[in-house]
Amino acid sequence: MLEIRNLNVSIGDKPILKGIDLHVKPGEIHAIMGPNGSGKSTLAQVLAGREGYTVTEGEILFENKNLLELAPELRAREGIFLAFQYPVEIPGVANIYLLKAAINARRKHQGLPELDAMDFLELTKEKLRLVGMDEALLYRPVNEGFSGGEKKRNEILQMALLEPKLALLDETDSGLDIDALKTVSEGVNALKNPDRAIILITHYQRLLDYIHPDRVHVLANGRIIRSGGPELALTLEERGYGWLETAEGIPA
Amino acid sequence: MNTAAHELDTLINRDYEYGFESDIDSDMAPKGLSEETIRFISERKQEPGFLLEWRLKAYRHWLTLKSPNWSSVHYPPINFQDIIYYSAPKLRDNAPKSLEEIDPELLRTYDKLGIPLKEQELLAGVAVDAVFDSVSVATTFKDRLAREGIVFCSFSEAARLHPELVKQYMGSVVSYMDNFYAALNSAVFSDGTFCYIPPGVKCPMELSTYFRINAKNSGQFERTLIIADKGASVSYLEGCTAPMRDENQLHAAVVELIALEDAQIRYSTVQNWYPGDKDGKGGIFNFVTKRGDCRGSRSRISWTQVETGSAITWKYPSVILRGDDSVGEFYSVALTNNCQQADTGTKMLHIGRNTRSTIVSKGISAGRGQNAYRGLVKVLKGAENARNYSQCDSLLLGNRCAAHTFPYIEVKNPTAKVEHEATTSRIGEDQLFYCMQRGLSAEDAVSMIVNGFCREVFKKLPMEFAVEAQKLLGVSLEGSIG
Repeated sequence: MLEIRNLNVSIGDKPILKGIDLHVKPGEIHAIMGPNGSGKSTLAQVLAGREGYTVTEGEILFENKNLLELAPELRAREGIFLAFQYPVEIPGVANIYLLKAAINARRKHQGLPELDAMDFLELTKEKLRLVGMDEALLYRPVNEGFSGGEKKRNEILQMALLEPKLALLDETDSGLDIDALKTVSEGVNALKNPDRAIILITHYQRLLDYIHPDRVHVLANGRIIRSGGPELALTLEERGYGWLETAEGIPA
Repeated sequence: MNTAAHELDTLINRDYEYGFESDIDSDMAPKGLSEETIRFISERKQEPGFLLEWRLKAYRHWLTLKSPNWSSVHYPPINFQDIIYYSAPKLRDNAPKSLEEIDPELLRTYDKLGIPLKEQELLAGVAVDAVFDSVSVATTFKDRLAREGIVFCSFSEAARLHPELVKQYMGSVVSYMDNFYAALNSAVFSDGTFCYIPPGVKCPMELSTYFRINAKNSGQFERTLIIADKGASVSYLEGCTAPMRDENQLHAAVVELIALEDAQIRYSTVQNWYPGDKDGKGGIFNFVTKRGDCRGSRSRISWTQVETGSAITWKYPSVILRGDDSVGEFYSVALTNNCQQADTGTKMLHIGRNTRSTIVSKGISAGRGQNAYRGLVKVLKGAENARNYSQCDSLLLGNRCAAHTFPYIEVKNPTAKVEHEATTSRIGEDQLFYCMQRGLSAEDAVSMIVNGFCREVFKKLPMEFAVEAQKLLGVSLEGSIG
């Protein structure tokens, strides 16, 4: 589904990603871990099509299409979803309005009719239960005055509604207390299915106690320095990133 | 330039949608301004003598004035001898008695503007007094309104049929000596709308006027006078468009509102005059004097304006809070794109006791647009417990535009409370990207974010016009960052 080959990315003159290779199949959950500044978020932003990053080398194929040629909104409509680390506030725009605009943009792209207000509301209420979110938040301005936990739940709610093929969760666990982490994880787990791939970007192992990845990759200094099964995350938790960085180059 | 900005830039260059010119025979006054011109206008309109006298007084006063230059707007000097002051569509046989008698070409023009009169008459329940150039050509729903005792007609008609009302109220809020453009309007005003709501009557429908400037080099000087008698209430909407022209057209209107005891007037404007092209060529100069007088106790006047067009918008819809416990409100969205300039705001003059006023102004600047809020809150000595709350927010799109805020506050009574809040923000790339990552196009994202910014004002508009205003904002904004 997703094929990243020798991806090199710079911000200005500064290289951030230095030759990433990653292959993700439908139904798989991949975790990308690594210390701060290793390039994890850059990878997520580049996949979503954020401006300001220059791809100097390599390619990204999504369902055999050249992803780098697609505008961000087209990537979204094709089924790539990014749950933001810091969801922005949009004053005056009701949350439900953005949700409806988003879902109908996707449906239109798929050649489906737009959802009418009733069907949309019913669907939304069903998904609200999934992420344990208060219905009142639908009518508040997007993310405005939401707590950290509410913002993250709102991201997962959007993901549940948009049913992406590929979901990128950028530090979704950051700033969550343990209860919020649990409900958010349950929401994500409920969205697991054989056609959907999920990439979790996280600093900590604790998210992986709730969402079990098939593959774990360690990103450091712009390179994937180690890939492995779920056990790799446990080792990292025990020993920190230090042992890998000093042992860089030694095969796992 | 990023993709979003690029797309928007393409869209900004889209042509003015309403830039067509109707081919209708016009009955025009010769170019230029003199006592002859004024007599010509007055005669064409078969006006009573007092009106001609008033016009001439105004003209003589105007001759003593100089055009004001204190605002932040810039424009070349206007040659007042180069304007046609009267232009009426030639009608086949005097005045039309019904829509059927109206020049079909004229009706098609309205169709292009999206205001099919007939449809509105039948479906929307909106009474429209349509002003085409200078003469009011169709007044719908007059019968139904007449049953309630409401007078809703063109200004000329009012001058003929209700001279006592016109004589009593005209110029009582905006005197012909008020300012340069008000004096000019008083001398040459061609037509406009008159509305009188008798005591205790709640007007059963929204009243509406669509203005459109058509003939070349014709200034439009309409005059609106709305009187809500004791306990009466009315909601009035004006919408404006003009065809596309290279030369600038002057629009200098006067609007007077009078609310007697316990009366309420809500006046909403959706202004979409031609803004000029992207290099600032052409477009309307919209120099308007709008003022409401809360003459009676517990009266209320609300101005809501959505200003998206005009090359220059220069106006301050104001409220004189004369009656005790009266309320004045001003809700404004002003958008400037390309080379548009706006210097707009309000004046709230607190005279009576326990008078309250609210000001909410949202300025949006894009392209090379210049947007200024200028407002005066004045509390006079006798205005015990006067209250004012003002909020002025500016939103910037791109880095070549500018926003300015000039609040003036004068308080002469120690019991008054006046609050002023102001913010300036830039439309965030983060916000745009967030929406686009959810599948929205850049233009939809901008439109959504800006609409959110303006929500407080839009919700003050009558429902059907709020929708129109949102669409208009979307169109006016297209291509606005980069």
